[in-house]
Amino acid sequence: MKKNYLVSLIVSLFSGLVFGVGLVLSGMTNPDKVLNFLDVAGHWDPSLLFVLGGAVGVTVLSFRFILRRKAPLLEDHFHLSDAKKIDGRLVAGALVFGLGWGISGYCPGPALTLLANPGWETWIFLPAMLLGLFVHKATSRL
Amino acid sequence: MNGAGLTAALIGGLLIGSAAVLLLLFNGRIAGISTITAKLFFSVAGDRFWRVLFLLGLIGGARIAYLVYGHVPLPRDSFPVWLLAVAGFLVGYGTSLGSGCTSGHGVCGLGRLSLRSLVATCLFLLTGIVTAVLVRHVFGVLS
Repeated sequence: MKKNYLVSLIVSLFSGLVFGVGLVLSGMTNPDKVLNFLDVAGHWDPSLLFVLGGAVGVTVLSFRFILRRKAPLLEDHFHLSDAKKIDGRLVAGALVFGLGWGISGYCPGPALTLLANPGWETWIFLPAMLLGLFVHKATSRL
Repeated sequence: MNGAGLTAALIGGLLIGSAAVLLLLFNGRIAGISTITAKLFFSVAGDRFWRVLFLLGLIGGARIAYLVYGHVPLPRDSFPVWLLAVAGFLVGYGTSLGSGCTSGHGVCGLGRLSLRSLVATCLFLLTGIVTAVLVRHVFGVLS
């Protein structure tokens, strides 16, 4: 096994770990808190603006320098989507996702962290989310 | 909302952004949770293991944070089961159709200054806001 491959796997695990800690600290894994942010007509909780601001602040400042490189440190090229078009799929997908997010308070990351503290919502939301994924993949190949 | 809550939110956001930076700088990968999850099932064999590790890290990191930090979310026993199932389906379907979620389009796409991601992020934020207001104040679920 190549050394770079092994290190890249460790980076994947570590990156996921940092991401998971960040999600919990930020309050994103608490659906009530997320809904208190989205529900601008209730007791509005502005803290998720700080989450998004912090996260996007870091990526906006760093990505431009990282992407100036010819390649990442451990692989021979970046794996980036080259899609440019703002099409019906993008728009419809964002609308459908926003609907599910606004109902439940879960986007995919926080939904997966349900497995860190499983309860009844875990065994309803996650299978339903995977079903939605599979149904889309199955129908988009027709 | 107090200062400590906002500080935790900011630190959490910085950690999420840093995780995305690590994954891009070292592995050249976008830390988009919905696509990483989707490609667990819909990608070639050699492209799967890092995704498994990332997601195990995500869940493990959350577990560690709950153990150390506390603030475990309370179960929402009055939330309708059918509605949660519908929401889960919509999140899975919509993020697959739109090729991304809060992390892929929101955190990483905006970081790349992608116009597609900016449009997607504005749309799912707006839809999320309208939906949450309607569900709570018009339909009276958990208001």
